[in-house]
Amino acid sequence: MDDIAAAVAEHIPRLRRYTRALVGDRDLADDLVQDCLERALSRLHLWRRHGDLRAWLFTILHNVHVNAARRRNRAPAMVAIDPAKPQLTDPGLSVAPVQGVGLELAQLARALQQLPAEQRQVILLTGLEGMRYEETARVLGIPVGTVMSRLSRGREALRRLTSGGGEGGQPRLTRVK
Amino acid sequence: MTGSVRLTEGQLHAYVDGLLTDEERAHIEALLSADAEAQAMVGAYRAQNQALHSLFDGVMGEPRPAAMDAALVRRRGLVLAIAMRSAAAIMLIALGGVAGWTLRGATQPVPQYNFTEAFVRYATSAHLVYLPEVRHPVEVPAKEEAHLVAWLSKRLGQQVQAPNLTGVGFNLVGGRLLPSGYGPAAQFMYENESGQRLTIYVRASENNTPTETAFRFAHQKGVSMFYWMDQALAYAVIGQVDRERLHQVANVAYQTINP
Repeated sequence: MDDIAAAVAEHIPRLRRYTRALVGDRDLADDLVQDCLERALSRLHLWRRHGDLRAWLFTILHNVHVNAARRRNRAPAMVAIDPAKPQLTDPGLSVAPVQGVGLELAQLARALQQLPAEQRQVILLTGLEGMRYEETARVLGIPVGTVMSRLSRGREALRRLTSGGGEGGQPRLTRVK
Repeated sequence: MTGSVRLTEGQLHAYVDGLLTDEERAHIEALLSADAEAQAMVGAYRAQNQALHSLFDGVMGEPRPAAMDAALVRRRGLVLAIAMRSAAAIMLIALGGVAGWTLRGATQPVPQYNFTEAFVRYATSAHLVYLPEVRHPVEVPAKEEAHLVAWLSKRLGQQVQAPNLTGVGFNLVGGRLLPSGYGPAAQFMYENESGQRLTIYVRASENNTPTETAFRFAHQKGVSMFYWMDQALAYAVIGQVDRERLHQVANVAYQTINP
């Protein structure tokens, strides 16, 4: 028992990182992770049948997030953040030592929150969490093809949003087919 | 500007995310070299991934909220391990830094690895080969530690350290030079009073290795390891001990290297 709880605990930092990036708000994120944790710990007997603990936990987290978003007045999850609070990304900004770089990070953090949640999920699970596309698909319960199209759209949108206000030089949108 | 790009988006993203085999990667790089647009996309997307790490890896080092601890403890007591883990994670985050967040103009097609996979594999093999060695566990014994470290640093082209693990009961036995599949690597061996052994495997990071801000865990052939990488060196702490214990040792190793 100890081992399993310890194994679950091992994943908490990752769950928190992902959720913070996903919803942009510390308290909300930790609430979701807490829900996920309680759920997972009370359902460990279900996990034994599956293999990958991380994937299982992220799947639970995804469901918790979906349910929570639904509860909040059917508001899409993407508007659940407060645009007046870009400092939500403080932990990242505080480690940016180079002037100017911090601004770009802040810009990306804001752009991220402007994406539809479904694109953000895919971008974060692959780019931040390092999951393979098949894993991401399983966690989100969608086909791999959908993962790929959301990833393409999301990354391109991020690129557009972060290059829009800055110096020129970057082609605005390139299409690769 | 080439009008006809042969890369699919799927290939491009898989390349960015380092999900390709060597062969596939070489193929993509060949296509990329003739395609400035695709290069720009690769550069931008990769920069996005790095920026995400810069922004959010810090979260992993935050102390765990009491409610989460309580949930875990309710499950069963493991308070000790939890507290130690949080403290050490903070140390690692400092390393996270801003791993080259240059959203614009980052067009160099940086080869993605396999580096990590090879690192884990060679580290595991080296551990398994030398661990049972009774008469010649090391090339250079701990009593010549200064020489050992200078020699290995010279061969690896980086200042290497043999982490001090006496705090967790392991004394340096010595070290040796090894192949890594990509260049030289170093192995340090440690032993505790009861004869239990650990090894630490070190090699230079590949060029452009994004700074890995957290310990990663791998388990192969009955051997567990925690490893981490920065832009200079990749370290792995390897042993056949339980995960908690190994994690503790890795933390100490990390801290002695990065005081």
